Amino acid sequence: MKSSVITFPGSNCDRDMDVALKKFGFNNKMVWHNDNELPKSDLVVLPGGFSYGDYLRCGSVASKSKIMNSVINFANSGGLVMGICNGFQILVETGLVPGVLLRNKYLEFICKNVFVKVDNKDNPYFKHLDKEILELHVAHNEGNYFCTDDQLKEIEDNSQIAIYYSNENGQTDEIDNPNGSTKNIAGIFNKRKNVLGMMPHPERMIDKYLSGDDGSLFFKNLIKNIK
Amino acid sequence: MEINEQIALDHGLKKDEFKKICELLKRTPNITELGIFSAMWNEHCSYKSSRLHLKKLPTKGKKVIQGPGENAGVIDIYDGDAIVFKIESHNHPSFIEPYQGAATGVGGIMRDVFTMGARPIANLNSIHFGSPQNKKTKNLLRGVVHGIGGYGNCMGIPTVAGQTSFDSSYNGNILVNAMTLGLVKKDKIFYSKAAGLNKPVIYVGSKTGRDGIHGASMASASFDEKIEEKKPTVQVGDPFTEKLLLEACLELMSGDSIIAIQDMGAAGLTSSSIEMASKGNLGIEINLNKVPCRESKMTPYEIMLSESQERMLIVLENGKEDLAKKIFDKWNLDFAVIGKTTNTKNIELYFDNKQVAQIPINTLVENSPMYDRKWKKAKLPKKNKIKKETLTKLNIKDVLKKILSHPNISSKEWIWQQYDHTVMGDTIQKPGGDSGVVRVHGTNKAVAATVDSSAVYCWAHPLTGGKQVVCESWRNLISVGATPIAITNCLNFGSPENEDNMGEFVECVQGIGEACEYLKFPVVSGNVSFYNQTKEVGIKPTPSIGGVGLIKNYNQMITMDFKEINNLVLIIGKTEGHIDQSLFARSILDEKNGPPPEINLFNEKNNGETLLQLINNNLIKSAHDISLGGTATAVSKMCIKGNKGFEFNKSNYLMSEIEYLFSEDQGRYIIEINPKDLKKVIEILEKNSVHFEELGKIIDKYMIINPMTKLTIDELKSYNTTWLDNYMSS
Repeated sequence: MKSSVITFPGSNCDRDMDVALKKFGFNNKMVWHNDNELPKSDLVVLPGGFSYGDYLRCGSVASKSKIMNSVINFANSGGLVMGICNGFQILVETGLVPGVLLRNKYLEFICKNVFVKVDNKDNPYFKHLDKEILELHVAHNEGNYFCTDDQLKEIEDNSQIAIYYSNENGQTDEIDNPNGSTKNIAGIFNKRKNVLGMMPHPERMIDKYLSGDDGSLFFKNLIKNIK
Repeated sequence: MEINEQIALDHGLKKDEFKKICELLKRTPNITELGIFSAMWNEHCSYKSSRLHLKKLPTKGKKVIQGPGENAGVIDIYDGDAIVFKIESHNHPSFIEPYQGAATGVGGIMRDVFTMGARPIANLNSIHFGSPQNKKTKNLLRGVVHGIGGYGNCMGIPTVAGQTSFDSSYNGNILVNAMTLGLVKKDKIFYSKAAGLNKPVIYVGSKTGRDGIHGASMASASFDEKIEEKKPTVQVGDPFTEKLLLEACLELMSGDSIIAIQDMGAAGLTSSSIEMASKGNLGIEINLNKVPCRESKMTPYEIMLSESQERMLIVLENGKEDLAKKIFDKWNLDFAVIGKTTNTKNIELYFDNKQVAQIPINTLVENSPMYDRKWKKAKLPKKNKIKKETLTKLNIKDVLKKILSHPNISSKEWIWQQYDHTVMGDTIQKPGGDSGVVRVHGTNKAVAATVDSSAVYCWAHPLTGGKQVVCESWRNLISVGATPIAITNCLNFGSPENEDNMGEFVECVQGIGEACEYLKFPVVSGNVSFYNQTKEVGIKPTPSIGGVGLIKNYNQMITMDFKEINNLVLIIGKTEGHIDQSLFARSILDEKNGPPPEINLFNEKNNGETLLQLINNNLIKSAHDISLGGTATAVSKMCIKGNKGFEFNKSNYLMSEIEYLFSEDQGRYIIEINPKDLKKVIEILEKNSVHFEELGKIIDKYMIINPMTKLTIDELKSYNTTWLDNYMSS
């Protein structure tokens, strides 16, 4: 299975994603933001970091970089595109997924383990995953997902919400919402569910010596689904 | 402009220093030259009050590849790998402008590390604030934490450990010490020594602006009521540019184009160019019109003294300019050939086709002033006589509650949750443990790092305090299963012109030296920050020690959380009941006098090495050193982290229970073992003549100190974890 990770100036989880994808069997290539063409890929990943310093709106400058035309075409033709953290912010800026990501509710960067409830398995990312609740890791300053009431109704009607922040039993109360996201939303799909944006970092949870190992389940399942 | 003594004084130089400059030059300097002298001769850059004493520190060892004198120290961690590390202060700017001050402190220390060819793999920090009641403290704390996070998070380097304390002696002068570790191959280390004539001198990174002019001079003076005027001397950080600079430099370093490289830190272009030329015994010529400037009409004086961040100076091999430029273009960074190396042994500056400065480099470096300042020896204070009834009438639960929720003990999660501590995917011990631990990417090895200071002990008796901090660093490394290798130190003191403060410095350094020598734990890098003083009041002497150790196989790493019910818990090291200068004495009895606990270096070494032996034999389930707050505090933290209870054995000691639980005798650890291993463990401890006691066993849910004193783990947690959150949100 072939994957591509895009490196923008200021990306800093690109290597971590490369390590994770390779660990679980992807043949991964690093792709420079200024390139025109994507290599042949079964999965494209926009990694975390601070693309262009996040000096304008997070992800906004990166969403206009050269390679993104190719990524958008790839997504529109049904290719799998996953944006993690800053990658999610970039996806939102391209309009591939709805909504916006605001500054965290308590105005502070937050780095910690969270539980997420997987809401929807009718998609290439979570299909066949034999767990409903995953322990993942967040590290962000702007992860407060917001959308209008109309948008919310639409994404709920289309089952576009991928994961919710929850407690370890899958309850999605305010107390388990780390950043003030609408409805505890931690990740969403586009309508077709080939594009996934999420704040948590599965690539930081890929062996038992790290903060946890549930990222391994996610990647193992993902490559199985793509095969 | 005619230069006279008054202008020199305004630049922070002393009368006799100005006289010496005129003698060395055999003429009066012009304004640019005066600026350069003041930048090179200030305390921060010249170490003029400390050099004499720093020479006495042990800096050599089998694992030391590079000791002090370079951008950072380097140690060998086998298999061709090396760790580059250093700690540095950014105290003065952080008080004036906490966000930018702290951010650029972090940026500066990372630059020191990647200048040597190493990719940064971990950040640490030691930050000290005034009393929580002081009206400035909360905003300073918030600003500093945001600044450290803002820079480190954007760079994508995990912040894995740190230390925070509060003490009223920092009311007017906070401390922000930042430490970085980087990983490099032994044969790809870069140094700052220029070599060869007519080699191009390259400027890369951000443009030069008017920020931070005279930053290093500002950091070489005490504060007074005009402190607000110093804001323009604080640099402004741009972590995004630094991330690009990091990647671009490492890309260029993978080839063989670089002869020497030096970051532009304190005193910017001045110190970087002069240091490279001085080390190579060369001259250097710079055309200041070629320096990329952010603002128009900058004068030579401003260009030379700007401390704009994210800039590097490189001496390149001839003919490699195009190759290098291509890399910096790719990363969208400025690149300019601004000069060349010469054989004149002078620094020569040109601007608008005119020579604007010519100074022999040795007058700036070797001939810079060195002072043997007067200092006063500190006497060991007399022990306090605390009445037995004073102790026995105290309620143990109340005392424990107060200690666990004390600002200097309570959990600092509010702080470290704002630092990305997991990026790079190799953090295997997060902040909140005895040391931060990161794996050496792609290997079975891991590196442990800790930063420590004990200002109270140093204040009570500098010699003992100096030794103690080194020992605490040593213990924190051993507690996670790491073999200690070397340290870096950040020496924060008041004014060296005051005999008491100078005495504190001299004796702390002596203590550090003695402990390092004995433990074979050499100093490989460091920094001195004097003048942490507002008017006549200095801070408590605060040497911060950054220790680094190696875990050969990371699956043998130890954490402090209690692991399993029914496991046995032992104390290694002897409890003598030393209460003076303990957190208990200072905060519960309000007794501020007396000597700090004694340091016995033989016991430190023996106890530590024996514990490592136990760890290497897989006999240890959890371990934690006993430090501030004594045994009860250490055990409470192990309970909280492991979510397990603990039952103390019936007491059979001669001191009072309070003394046993809260004394801060040194050289002690708490260890958890499986009952089946008890015989083996005791055998090893006895063979090495290590004093130990069986302290109790792990149980479910409760901490039972004695039949009258029983607490739930949730109670312990609420005492320990709420203070900082409440303080920051109040």
